[in-house]
Amino acid sequence: MRSEAKWPLKVAAASGVLFLLLPLALIILYAFSTEEKSFQFPPPGLTTRWFATAWFDRPDIWPPLYLSLKVALISTLLAIILGTCAAAALSRAKFFGRNALSLLFILPIALPGIITGMALRSAFDIMFISFSTWTIILGHTTFCMVVVYNNVLARFRRNSAEMVEASMDLGATGVQTFRYIVLPQIATALLAGGMLAFALSFDEVIVTTFTAGQQTTLPIWIYGELRHPTIRPITNVVAIFVIAVTLVPILFAYYFTRESEQTPRA
Amino acid sequence: MSKLSTLFFRKPGLFTAALLAPPIFWLVIVYLGSLAALLLQSFYALDDFSGVVLHEFTLATYAHLFDEANRDIILRTLIMAAAVTIASAIIAFPIAYYAAQFAKGKMKALFYIAVMMPLWSSYLVKIYAWKLILAKEGIISWIATSLHCQWLIDAILAIPSIGGSSLSFSYIGTFLVFVYIWLPYMILPIQSSLERVPFTFIEASADLGATPRQTFRNVIFPLAFPGVVAGSIFTFSLTLGDYIVPQIVGNSRLMIGQAVYTFQGTSGDIPLAAAFTVVAMVIMGIYLMIAKRLGAFDAL
Repeated sequence: MRSEAKWPLKVAAASGVLFLLLPLALIILYAFSTEEKSFQFPPPGLTTRWFATAWFDRPDIWPPLYLSLKVALISTLLAIILGTCAAAALSRAKFFGRNALSLLFILPIALPGIITGMALRSAFDIMFISFSTWTIILGHTTFCMVVVYNNVLARFRRNSAEMVEASMDLGATGVQTFRYIVLPQIATALLAGGMLAFALSFDEVIVTTFTAGQQTTLPIWIYGELRHPTIRPITNVVAIFVIAVTLVPILFAYYFTRESEQTPRA
Repeated sequence: MSKLSTLFFRKPGLFTAALLAPPIFWLVIVYLGSLAALLLQSFYALDDFSGVVLHEFTLATYAHLFDEANRDIILRTLIMAAAVTIASAIIAFPIAYYAAQFAKGKMKALFYIAVMMPLWSSYLVKIYAWKLILAKEGIISWIATSLHCQWLIDAILAIPSIGGSSLSFSYIGTFLVFVYIWLPYMILPIQSSLERVPFTFIEASADLGATPRQTFRNVIFPLAFPGVVAGSIFTFSLTLGDYIVPQIVGNSRLMIGQAVYTFQGTSGDIPLAAAFTVVAMVIMGIYLMIAKRLGAFDAL
């Protein structure tokens, strides 16, 4: 493209990349450490026994895992429905207050999580709503919806409205048009948005602590272990699991939206 | 059913309304409703003697914010958010610059992964990684001991107010973790605004006799600046509202997020927690207005 970068820039960029990647490598290394009481570096020895211990001897990990999966699944499902409706409406129609609405739809993710969390907490308190799985889902759906909305909106903007009109002109019902025209067009965007929403919900902790009461999701379990550690490498094993669960959907989402995003921005 | 679709086809406005109804219902009731509840709560106050929240309009809770302890919390959080933002911009710029203007092929993919991996890795896991790094027996101490410069860390930790008993119990630690976890949010907008700088501009600048340094200062940087501001929205806002990072890595002096969490939880003072949240919202509102004026929204 152009002349080579000068060495100070190379050094700065390379150290930046190392700074970004090294901490994640350490998480993996420490899962194999034989030292369980401290974060001694270098680890005195390496073992794989913590993976078995986490799986067989730690019944306290499973209920939070189930709760997190349940919340993430339901929130994602609700978010897909709500986010898609919003994207479909805002992608074409022009009406009074449209800009204000677009702003409203990104607000839950633009403002820090603590605001969403504390706002929900205030509302529950005023209305005497007691904490349950559904209060967690209420919070998660609110920000998951935004992710689906963004993904599907981008797709709707690229597709032409003529296809839908042609389908209706040729006598298809609304359901048929949706099933055979709209759905195939937006399927990968839905999948990508849904997966990102799932990953986001599965990992969320800030809003959750305000809406969970005494319940423990997996991130809340990890948060507890960070403050009052028991067997430290076990936390690393769970951490690796969480990285895997969140990273796989994200790679998929990237894969599904890649070709469409790579078309030149006009 | 077909009648319905014909109706929607004839009156697209009606269809839009039907589509919009569920998400709007959700956002207005759940989200805006909650924000209204938050505002309402901040005008209540906790009765000091009975420990019960009185549901009457009062400004007493807001007056509480000006107590010395609470004012310090707000000030401390602002300084931290500003410091994190500036440091992120300084570290992010060379990465974004190299990735946008020089890296190609495999190198470009490596940079992409290096930014996306930490961006999408679990938030708590990233904080945990730094707990490992900053621990007294952790890798930083090990490197320092191996290089015989433990005295350097001791000297840094001895600095009043930002130091502490060890790196993971000091503001320096909190600061480092914040910079790490929000850095990708700074890199991405800068990179995308740098990628939009037309190569012809740089050529033109060189043809007209500018040195590379002058080109950078007068052409590239001004064009990338809205990206920096866009990134700063994230680093600033996320630092402002975070309470997990200072809770795990830091000392016992609170930041706004922790104050909100503590007051709504153990102390049961929801009004004060709500008032602190409103402060964060106001600060973010002002910040967004400035950012908009600096052109950040065109860079997003």
